[in-house]
Amino acid sequence: MFSIIARRSKSAIAPLARFNHTLPDLAFDYNELEPFISAEIMQLHHSKHHQTYITNLNVAEEKAVTAFEKKDLTTQISLQQVMKFNGGGHINHSIFWTNLAPVKNGGGELSDASLLQAINRDFGSLESFKTQFAAQTVAVQGSGWGWLGFNTATKKLEIATTFNQDPLLHLVPLLGVDVWEHAYYLQYKNVRPDYLKAIWNVVNWKNVAERYHKVA
Amino acid sequence: MELHHSKHHQGYVNNLNAAEEKLAQADLQTKIALQQSLKFNGGGHINHSIFWTNLAPVKNGGGQLTDDALLQAINHDFGSLDHFKTEFAIQAAGVQGSGWGWLGFNTATKKLEIATTFNQDPLIHLVPLLGVDVWEHAYYLQYKNVRPDYLKAIWNVVNWKNVAERYHKANLKSAL
Repeated sequence: MFSIIARRSKSAIAPLARFNHTLPDLAFDYNELEPFISAEIMQLHHSKHHQTYITNLNVAEEKAVTAFEKKDLTTQISLQQVMKFNGGGHINHSIFWTNLAPVKNGGGELSDASLLQAINRDFGSLESFKTQFAAQTVAVQGSGWGWLGFNTATKKLEIATTFNQDPLLHLVPLLGVDVWEHAYYLQYKNVRPDYLKAIWNVVNWKNVAERYHKVA
Repeated sequence: MELHHSKHHQGYVNNLNAAEEKLAQADLQTKIALQQSLKFNGGGHINHSIFWTNLAPVKNGGGQLTDDALLQAINHDFGSLDHFKTEFAIQAAGVQGSGWGWLGFNTATKKLEIATTFNQDPLIHLVPLLGVDVWEHAYYLQYKNVRPDYLKAIWNVVNWKNVAERYHKANLKSAL
């Protein structure tokens, strides 16, 4: 997460520490999710789209720091949208890359018994979960994400969608699937449902299970 | 172009027709529930229908602004045609997620304005003259993530004759 640590100083404006976000490495090569997600998509998605969110986030955060120093509330507020969009983009994609794995590294295989049990309990079956997930995610109007999340209040799994780069807030994100057109268009064109069918083959269920066990 | 027209726009039309059919027999709650689908698919149909008329091949005058009154209005409201294009590109490139950039006519002030709309929301507060689709499907296969390149290139095929027609209609209407 990004946070701002302020050190007060009476005389000069104190420099505020902040994190400089950097692009996380993928745990696999761009071509290793083929044929389900093309190398071209992975390269553009990671090195261009995600990088851009990070670059813009860093710029916005610097401006925000200055605005805090100057006690310029208007600017602080005016930066919120840019920070939400780019910060959310950074958060969401960082989760996404960990949610994917090549088939040879276990992509597509759900072997965690308690996660499977929870899915069966909350959705009826793994197949039913996938069907519901696809239905809700396909229906996202415009750009956004489909999520499997954990409701810490009810201790249940839920499907949710978010819009643009809004981060998932009301649930703990376990699995996110990007349905911005850039995530699939080069390969699947307008047929979002085909992308949503294919992606199950490279879902890193080990990671989803890890995230689940952290909160369940 | 082929995907955009025959798949995306057709998709909006199909979904709009389906929603309108349901609307015909709907109770109030259902009518309200259908609003979002109507707005999205109806807006998609409206916006793309305008868009196709806003484009023309170079050999049919695409890219050429010869209407004096429109050019004058652009110079008056934006400083110059180039300045308008620059400002338009900045705003259209800055759309977060999916949406549209517009040149519109403000019937109250009788001025030209640049606006952006989100997803498939139709342009409502201005009379649409020129719309540019900045959904990724509008440019990704060719321009990838570089939306600014698409926005530079598209000027070559903007059908200024159509934009001028729309301008004159709006101007006339607002004078009544």
